[in-house]
Amino acid sequence: MEHYLSLAAKAIFVENMALAFFLGMCSFLAVSKKVDTAIGLGFAVVFVSGICTPLNNLVYNLFLKEGALVWLSPEYATVDLSFLSFLSFIGTIAATVQVVEMAIDKFAPALYSALGVFLPLIAVNCAILGGSLFMKERDYNLAESAVFGVGSGIGFMLAIVALAALREKMHYSNVPAGLRGLGMTFMLTGLMAIGFMAFAGIQL
Amino acid sequence: MSKTKEVLLDPLFENNPIGLQVLGICSALAVTTKLETAVVMSAAVFAVLVLSNLSVSLLRNYIPPSIRIIIQLTIIASLVIVTDQVLKAFLFETSKQLSVFVGLIITNCIIMGRAEAFAMQNGPWRSMVDGVGNAAGYSLVLIFVGFFRELFGSGKLFGIEVLPLASEGGWYQPNGLLVLSPAAFFLIGGFIWMVRTWKPDQVEEG
Repeated sequence: MEHYLSLAAKAIFVENMALAFFLGMCSFLAVSKKVDTAIGLGFAVVFVSGICTPLNNLVYNLFLKEGALVWLSPEYATVDLSFLSFLSFIGTIAATVQVVEMAIDKFAPALYSALGVFLPLIAVNCAILGGSLFMKERDYNLAESAVFGVGSGIGFMLAIVALAALREKMHYSNVPAGLRGLGMTFMLTGLMAIGFMAFAGIQL
Repeated sequence: MSKTKEVLLDPLFENNPIGLQVLGICSALAVTTKLETAVVMSAAVFAVLVLSNLSVSLLRNYIPPSIRIIIQLTIIASLVIVTDQVLKAFLFETSKQLSVFVGLIITNCIIMGRAEAFAMQNGPWRSMVDGVGNAAGYSLVLIFVGFFRELFGSGKLFGIEVLPLASEGGWYQPNGLLVLSPAAFFLIGGFIWMVRTWKPDQVEEG
């Protein structure tokens, strides 16, 4: 149990997807104008990442890894399909996103219009593909990859909500005209990234 | 004709993919520590973006809306695999440095974003031009950031020494911050500031 807790803490803080690896930056910067939408996107990412990472783990271990196809027939023991991992991971992710998109459209139309083009873009949110690739690289088992997927999603949500809160406060500051909005957001993210560098190297 | 020119030139400064549309930032941060990788990355994105816009636009009337994301991603992923193989065949050294990031072009939202926002509604010729324009706007920012990060972070350009380093008997003390990722944020922020000072109509309220 402790092992899973420390894995989750590591995924949320030490190896924060957005601020330590700079993955998922596009939606991170574009959907952080308001805390409400940031929370909505955050939940969508937690959900998609929490489903996709273990699912990709199954796909990788049952189909793609060298010798994984043995359960079909012993003669496939030497087949190595891992070069297909990119294509199949992104396929799983895209399918999940499409399902989530339809579900949100039906049950929360306000959130659907607030997320706009960034909902389909979760499919190309590199935080989620990155999560699956890290899972493959570090050889997590099914339970570990589920914890890691949810954890990295929560880390992303934490970062994007924090940035959205900062940006709401920026309304009261006198920012130079050309830097208002996106420019200032880049500067803020840079400063937050320096802050999160303090977590780097912590062993749990 | 003027419409085509608009589609081509708009993404450079008026509607820059990184500066205004907020697309394709992850790779802009990761590959810009050196100018050479930034240039190769720009070329790879250029090829993938133009071809994906063309193919998505050609297929746009046959793609059912409910599964469009998967189809777009399959097209993009296949193009990226081809690009990856070409890079491995002709630019092996650089492709080894870029390795992961060529794969991550699949998740570069600039390509998906343009397919979704432009190629799904427009004809093949205009979509291709849109691809060229957006790739050029992306490359512009990438090369700008790569130039400053390599020049001031390690005193070199394309791996050739420009500012002699203090550690090797020269006078330039490299700025370590520029090699780290936060510097890329500050540089892109600065780039946006410059463009918006020049074109004040892009300034956001608030």
